[in-house]
Amino acid sequence: MKINRSIHNIVFVFTLLCLVVSCERGLSEDVQFATFPKNGDIFIDAPVSLTDEFFVSFDPAGGANPDGFGTDNNEAFQGTTSIRVDVPAPNDPAGGFIGGIFLDRGDGRDLTGFDALTFWAKGSTTATVGLVGFGTDFDQNKFAVTRENIQLSTDWRKYTVPIPDASKLVQEKGMFIFSAGTNSTNGFGFTFWIDELRFENLGTVAQPRPRIFDGQDIVQQAFTGTTLNVSGLSQIFNIADGSNVEVSPAPAYFNFESSNLDVAIVNESGEIQIIGEGTATITAQLNGVAAQGSMELTSVGSFNFAPTPTQSPESVVSLFSDAYTDIPVSRYNSFFEPFQTTLGGVLPIGNQSIISYTNLNFVGIVFNDVIFPAEAVSPVNATNLNTLHIDINVQEALQAGDRLLLQLTNYGSTETVGSYLINGSELQQDAWVSFDIPLSSFSGLSDRSRIGLLLFNSEDGPASPTISNIFVDNIYFY
Amino acid sequence: MKLKRNTKEMRVCSVFGVSLLSFLFFTSCNTDETQTVATFDNLVLEDNFDIDGQINRDIWNFDIGDGAAQGIPGWGNNELQYYTDRPENATTENGYLLITAQQEDFNGAQYTSARLQTKNKFQQLYGRFEARIRLPYGQGYWPAFWLLGDDSDGSIWPRIGEIDIMENVGDEPTTIFGTVHGPGYSGAESISKSYTLQNTRVDTEFHIYGIEWGPNYINYYIDDVLYNQITPEDVPGEWVFNDRPFYIILNVAVGGNLPGPPNAETEFPQTMLVDYVRVYQR
Repeated sequence: MKINRSIHNIVFVFTLLCLVVSCERGLSEDVQFATFPKNGDIFIDAPVSLTDEFFVSFDPAGGANPDGFGTDNNEAFQGTTSIRVDVPAPNDPAGGFIGGIFLDRGDGRDLTGFDALTFWAKGSTTATVGLVGFGTDFDQNKFAVTRENIQLSTDWRKYTVPIPDASKLVQEKGMFIFSAGTNSTNGFGFTFWIDELRFENLGTVAQPRPRIFDGQDIVQQAFTGTTLNVSGLSQIFNIADGSNVEVSPAPAYFNFESSNLDVAIVNESGEIQIIGEGTATITAQLNGVAAQGSMELTSVGSFNFAPTPTQSPESVVSLFSDAYTDIPVSRYNSFFEPFQTTLGGVLPIGNQSIISYTNLNFVGIVFNDVIFPAEAVSPVNATNLNTLHIDINVQEALQAGDRLLLQLTNYGSTETVGSYLINGSELQQDAWVSFDIPLSSFSGLSDRSRIGLLLFNSEDGPASPTISNIFVDNIYFY
Repeated sequence: MKLKRNTKEMRVCSVFGVSLLSFLFFTSCNTDETQTVATFDNLVLEDNFDIDGQINRDIWNFDIGDGAAQGIPGWGNNELQYYTDRPENATTENGYLLITAQQEDFNGAQYTSARLQTKNKFQQLYGRFEARIRLPYGQGYWPAFWLLGDDSDGSIWPRIGEIDIMENVGDEPTTIFGTVHGPGYSGAESISKSYTLQNTRVDTEFHIYGIEWGPNYINYYIDDVLYNQITPEDVPGEWVFNDRPFYIILNVAVGGNLPGPPNAETEFPQTMLVDYVRVYQR
């Protein structure tokens, strides 16, 4: 097509091309007809081939209000009728938010010829609708796509939810999903209308930029036998009005890849199984476009968890343990400014978790209503408890002079601090050591009725830390 | 040198004229002597950019810098880029000319790009000028394919005339516009018309942008759509498009009065791809 001597030549060639293509299409025996309807209309002036329920609410037991949904013959962008949604106040006895899905009446539709879900909407006020999308069928939700926080106008406006990869949607039942509350209106209910809801082939949904792990390149230690998830899935498109639209596609739209199948395998749900020692990098593509973001995993073998606690749950007040229900804690890493250097915090490993501290000088586990008032939680009344349990695993070679001072602070009418010193000789590298420390051994801790801080301090003098890297687990009073 | 344009509605008679011309266009299969369009079929310039890594210097000059040396810092529009002739900003590859805008600190500018022109190498009065181009996208991009009149007689802009065959601002990925500037109708007063594509975009597909320019008319087209005709009746000043040859310019500006600066969502680098540039005479 490089020789276009004049414009009517172009027209001629195009016409010829069309003719030729048409002929081939008519004669080909390879044509496969779609098994499912290709109708993109969902609601025009009435629901189009949807189930009798039309609107399938989220579970009212979860707070969804099923009463605020209907149609409105007095409002329409085009035609006679629109969908009307009355968003309830949070304290509405029938449910504090509204949302649900529309399902195809049949076995699903072939949406491969479309590139976006579009609709017109209008609000009684300039509120935000928390979520719209498609692909949720209350079954597998395999190809769910959502767009968050669309801003309504008090006049009709068109909204676009791009389809990440329409070739996946050969039989889709989830035609529409929405969810709306009153976060944007200070708890005041409002109404919005939706009209001309359909899948369209716009031809202007472009510049796809998929992301995994929120576009970050993550480097992480992993342990054989555990499972991680590919998180932070998104895709940004540029649409006809020049704006960028971000959607959250389900994992099944992505093709995930592991660079080393002896170390990690990743399935279509984005679950990464660590199966051997070594390093593997997880990457992804969406419809042929490489996703920004990756995870480089290094497995040094199976994780050696601390011994499972044996105290009965009734006698335990747990700060951090997978064996018990923990009390509310505001911070597992205090990030005290300006002198704390300690990084880290809770580290999930498989379906369990530990606490990992790195670059330790001192760090607190904060569970009081004094230090950070904005995150106040109740301190522990340990008047009738007599022991603190903690498991410690040092992640470096131990040296002479290493020490770890544990301090408990009681926030009574005056603050009192009790201290207990663990010498390096009592700890081991890469092995768990369990301590059951009588609270009476925390010298200086006279009042135990409002204990709200556990501090780990490895310094043997100002700005002179000893042990820098530790795991801790199973921290509880009993 | 291009200045901000405003869109001016064509007069009713011109709209009718275009419709009539379009009608002739699409219905006639043979060249008709009475047509005033599509009669430029003598190819006089063609660059298909077919040699990798080599821009043909027999055709193209580079404008270098931020315009300060030319006496128009920011190229007259407060543009933000520094033009270079480095391969990072302009090269040929796989049969395309690539003009790439980069975000980088360079000689005091935050962006670099390229501007190629044919001054004193290829200049022509009248004819059909067209190029097949795919554009970048995003707030702040301002790509253009345009003509400036020869100034060797000492005349200065806008007396020399300017014919913008295609301009686009990157935050409007379906819309291009064609404009003329002359004395009494330059910058914000220029005569312009935009065209919005349906079901396609300027940054995902190649489109053919062109003019057919003869005595007292300039016809603008995109692909197979003639979307505007400008004649002396349409300009509120002297018609300066009958008296001197014009040269071709291809560039990607960044920022400036018309598109505004890039924002956090603007992707860099991005490239304008030119498949070919062709010029015909009668």
